[in-house]
Amino acid sequence: MDPYCLKKLNQERRARRAALLLTDLGDGRDRVIKEGDPVAGPLGIAINQAFLSGGSTVAEIDGRSFFLNVHLPPPRLVVIGAVHISQALASMAKIAGYDMEIIDPRTAFATPERFPDVSLFAEWPQDILQTRPLDPYTAVAAVTHDPKIDDLPLERAVNAGCFYVGALGSRKTHAKRVDRLKSLGLSDEQIGSIHSPIGLDIGAASPAEIAVAIMGEVIKAFRARGLRTALQLEKTA
Amino acid sequence: MTLQTTPEKLDPLMIAEGWMAEGRDVAIATVVETWGSAPRPAGSHLVIDEAGNFEGSVSGGCVEGAVIAEAMDVIKQGQPRMLEFGIADETAWQVGLSCGGRIKVYVERLG
Repeated sequence: MDPYCLKKLNQERRARRAALLLTDLGDGRDRVIKEGDPVAGPLGIAINQAFLSGGSTVAEIDGRSFFLNVHLPPPRLVVIGAVHISQALASMAKIAGYDMEIIDPRTAFATPERFPDVSLFAEWPQDILQTRPLDPYTAVAAVTHDPKIDDLPLERAVNAGCFYVGALGSRKTHAKRVDRLKSLGLSDEQIGSIHSPIGLDIGAASPAEIAVAIMGEVIKAFRARGLRTALQLEKTA
Repeated sequence: MTLQTTPEKLDPLMIAEGWMAEGRDVAIATVVETWGSAPRPAGSHLVIDEAGNFEGSVSGGCVEGAVIAEAMDVIKQGQPRMLEFGIADETAWQVGLSCGGRIKVYVERLG
């Protein structure tokens, strides 16, 4: 492996950007390809598929053997609101392998006693998101019920292309939210991508059950990510 | 696929970069193909230095010893090589995978 490639690959991974190390298994030469870099021909098709599926694979092209090692950023879950649901969600996200962080400016809610094992920010979302920006490998669940806290991160999440955006609230609450998000400049299609009522329809009633429904919906969205991206590519092709 | 939330200190490729910065000679072993039930998916890494220190894994510990020995040779020779491991055959004293799978591991020198 070329030391320059290793540095470049690690740099992409630290920045939470998808990257692929392409190795010619015949001569050992390698290069780093970022998601979206144009690569022509059958190799380009194989690379796109690898980014979509997230699976590393060998590709035989024109009698040459290549190894495509895909590195997707680990999925992250940002929860707006240090509420009862978030407490249950914190342990579930950990089990499912998601990095979770909670943002809530209400210091009475966002206490280390209530959230011992999770990254917790007792600050306004707009301040935290400036230093920890959202990206396509991040899910956002807004669960405070308070428009002052929830609305802005929802708008940011949709614009950042987060693979999942969910908002707690009844259909009535959500109808009002739709109006507010429109005035923040989101299109109908963008607003339609927000999951609300939040969570899979499993009849969840308790905070812990709602957390299960949210976690399930986040996982479903992540696993369908490749499919969704493929449909988008088809649309723009 | 690298989806696990591995802390940077446990990440083989980050470790390899650190070792390189310290001036150590490093080899990188990568699972490139698997058949049947294999313990680690394609793309998994084991990194090895010239003294035989290693981090990461290419199996559940079944073939790491053999890969490390080959890697130390690759560090000396410089030429990458492809290793293949199958079901452990005790009578032949081969190193293998007791889980019944088969894996191909590509071993190359860093730089």
